[in-house]
Amino acid sequence: MSDAIRTGLRGLGQTLITLGVVLLLFCVYELQVTNLITARAQDRLGDSLARSWAEAPRQSVPGSGAPGQPPAGQPVATPALGGAFARLYAPSLQGYGSRVVVEGVGVQDLKDGPGHIPTTALPGAVGNVVLSGHRTTYGQPFNRWDELQPGDAVVLETRDTWFTYTISGAQIVAPTAVEVTLPVPRQPGATPTEALLTMTTCNPKYSARQRLIVSAVLSATTPKSAGLPPALKGA
Amino acid sequence: MYGWIWRTLPGGLPGKLVGSLLLLTAVVAVLFLVVFPAVEPLLPYSDVTVEPAPAQQSAP
Repeated sequence: MSDAIRTGLRGLGQTLITLGVVLLLFCVYELQVTNLITARAQDRLGDSLARSWAEAPRQSVPGSGAPGQPPAGQPVATPALGGAFARLYAPSLQGYGSRVVVEGVGVQDLKDGPGHIPTTALPGAVGNVVLSGHRTTYGQPFNRWDELQPGDAVVLETRDTWFTYTISGAQIVAPTAVEVTLPVPRQPGATPTEALLTMTTCNPKYSARQRLIVSAVLSATTPKSAGLPPALKGA
Repeated sequence: MYGWIWRTLPGGLPGKLVGSLLLLTAVVAVLFLVVFPAVEPLLPYSDVTVEPAPAQQSAP
């Protein structure tokens, strides 16, 4: 009888220890392995982006290039869902480097990198470019987005152009605040006149209770033939 | 359970050690490749987009 109790207790103990080890392994997976998965995807996407930029014929003749006034036709070809879309730089964040943005914000897209919501504007266009990215895990592209201050630059690199956006502000909203992604944020049906960039991620870290929204306005359009944009010089 | 596995593994001490390592590797592989990716969507912190209220489950 006491043998049975002893066996039962030992089994219970072993089960609990096993569960604890499994939970620890899960933390290792989330905090380390997902970053490795994304790093590999970013390498692959970076290669494909470089290749497509080197190969593809120019979509349209660049127009005036004035900020907020993209040339007639599209400044950027509409990318394939899940494919590499642009490269994102945050020069004010020390050591950030750049990330390849993918087209789409499905679960798999966001595992590859920050994603562009397909129904929103393309870089440089009048309207609202909306990007979403992980705050934690999977390369955590927007982990430090709370450190971006008004006046800081965020640069989107496309095939032919550097689009420099200047941070105009940040806000914390409910997860259902879709109005921030409208062409004119919070004004349904309004006709956009500005070229905006809106980036969404979760807030606080490791929670889905709120969303951190960082807003920016297009401040410079630099053809790649003219070299690096001022925001990236010396970075 | 672990005692039973240890007693059941063949090959004396070296065989038992190798067998244990193989089993451990297999279990970790199944966890990392199958179980964790399947459980992950249940966690909240990969929700980074803003969505209309009823559809909050569908996207990350």
